[in-house]
Amino acid sequence: MMAARVIDKGRIVSLLDELIEGYEVFAPVMSDDVVLFDRIASGGEARLDFANSKRLPKEAFFPPSEVMFVYAGGQPEAPSSTGDRLLFGPRPCDARSFLVLGKVFNTPDYQDAYYVEKRERTCIVGIGCNRPLSTCFCTSVGGGPFDEEGLDVLLSDLGDRYLVQIISERGRRLLEGNALLEEATEADLQEKERIATEARERIASRVETEGLSDRLAGMYDDPFWETLHQKCLGCGVCTYLCPTCHCFDVLDEGGEQRGRRVRIWDTCQSPLFTLHASGHNPRPSGRERMRQRIMHKFRYFVNNCGEIACVGCGRCVRNCPVNMDLREVLIGIMVR
Amino acid sequence: MKDLSQQIKEVARSLLQDGKVDLVIGYENGSLPLRTSPCFVRSAGEVERLIWNACCETNLATYLPDRDERVGLVAKGCDARAIVVAIAERQVARERVVIIGVPCEGIIDRRKVASRLGWKEILQANLEDGRILLAGDGFEETLPLEDSLYEACLTCEQRTPPVYDVLVGDPVPPVEVVDPFSEVAALESRGADERWAYFSQEFSKCIRCYACRQACPLCYCPECFIDQTQPSWFGKTNDVSDTLIFHVVRALHLAGRCVDCGACSRACPMGIDLRALNRKMIKDVWERYGYQAGLDLAAMPPLSTFELDDPQEFIK
Repeated sequence: MMAARVIDKGRIVSLLDELIEGYEVFAPVMSDDVVLFDRIASGGEARLDFANSKRLPKEAFFPPSEVMFVYAGGQPEAPSSTGDRLLFGPRPCDARSFLVLGKVFNTPDYQDAYYVEKRERTCIVGIGCNRPLSTCFCTSVGGGPFDEEGLDVLLSDLGDRYLVQIISERGRRLLEGNALLEEATEADLQEKERIATEARERIASRVETEGLSDRLAGMYDDPFWETLHQKCLGCGVCTYLCPTCHCFDVLDEGGEQRGRRVRIWDTCQSPLFTLHASGHNPRPSGRERMRQRIMHKFRYFVNNCGEIACVGCGRCVRNCPVNMDLREVLIGIMVR
Repeated sequence: MKDLSQQIKEVARSLLQDGKVDLVIGYENGSLPLRTSPCFVRSAGEVERLIWNACCETNLATYLPDRDERVGLVAKGCDARAIVVAIAERQVARERVVIIGVPCEGIIDRRKVASRLGWKEILQANLEDGRILLAGDGFEETLPLEDSLYEACLTCEQRTPPVYDVLVGDPVPPVEVVDPFSEVAALESRGADERWAYFSQEFSKCIRCYACRQACPLCYCPECFIDQTQPSWFGKTNDVSDTLIFHVVRALHLAGRCVDCGACSRACPMGIDLRALNRKMIKDVWERYGYQAGLDLAAMPPLSTFELDDPQEFIK
């Protein structure tokens, strides 16, 4: 690995402009008041002055709707893959979510061609969180505001410049020999450590997750769910703004000769999610649907894949229309 | 005058103690600044949780349909209007709901406040004498309440519930509005291309979470048209043609029924201007039929009835 580098903040736009020459670059952009990740055509479009994006960087690999193939005259045509991609600016929590998603979409037994194809040609440059939000709880679920997991390069905001730490071979290839970067000094590295420690200490939300999965094991028929779901509206905000949610539906649109197959996100909070063709619905009410969301993230996924399917980004907490607070739900389970 | 929170607690306590209701649905403090959360209270011992303030944004009437229990429901003017429509449409039995009316002087628009603060994170918020005292990391700010209210509240003519069983506090007069539909007229006056561009931009933000529909007290269909699969009437992708048609059809389904409570826009995580279409429907129904939804339990909804002298010049 090459030594740590630094880049002046004023040069980030030039860096992106340069990288756009060789990569399809996805970066945070501001659309009205919403920060989301989108393909940018010039470095100036990127916004880095946000706590975290509202919409998810995972959309670069797993878009909310994706054409799987189109057919005309009965002959299917798959969308052709293109060049190298750069996902610039996700936070460490979201970078961890890619590891979670990988355990679903890219396993020895099953590779989701659509996800894997995009993921594998993407280099990820993340940015550490100097000022985590009050709703952030990454440190309770195994992450941290400057964690490197899932990243190829980690940027740390040192005020007038970013420390650039190369984490993977892919990251090295991205930035090797780039003239916009300079050697980092020992002081830069120390400053980053200081900021990272301070950021970690700033995270006030602590949720005990040790033993959570075991506790949930005995709670399938607990009256807890009956009380919990009452105020839930049954919308999809918590799932569609969740970096680890990965459920989808597949639709066929068109007729015999012309049409397309589309994959769209789906949510376990909708009754339609489990409605059988017979009309039977095994999750007929919010009680079962809310339980499913919690059980999946904090028990089933732990059993099946060895980790919690929550990265503590706090988006569900911030965006729930009725202020259902996942942190309080988890605390409620632990004290039960 | 005792404060409204206290009065709500007392009303809830006596309704539950006297066995008049099985459940009171109101608001309790939320976990974040400027937030409250719907609160379900089934025993007199729990009524202390109930509160009232200018952050009580959810329209609780959305919890009424399909409920077997007798419910005491804390209702602002707009919420009470939604209950009236739900009763008139036979979705809620009048005798099974006790409307605990609360005169409302407007609800805080969190997005407006956040935007005024340049989207800095608010860590503390206190309401005091018509002002919002806000604090975050390295800043303190005070905003006048009246500049921080939802747009819907600024044209509200029913701040005191038109129908209620118990009213806490004193009635408040309606907002004096010179031209309630000025923003609709402004949109109407723009050309078709411009309107198309506006709505395309707004609905391109939709993530299809259906929070608007779920928060709406009058979107109670057991199966929404958008969820029907045999046949599937409309596309479900995030293409703007698909998201736009969902919102247009939803607005049409609410024509003559929408009480403009703004619950849909408040629930929307993307900040889509959802009220624009609904306001246009409200204006058309008012101009054609002189009807406002949710004011009168006995009034028949205009789009559910037919009179020979109904305006019908639009039928060609």
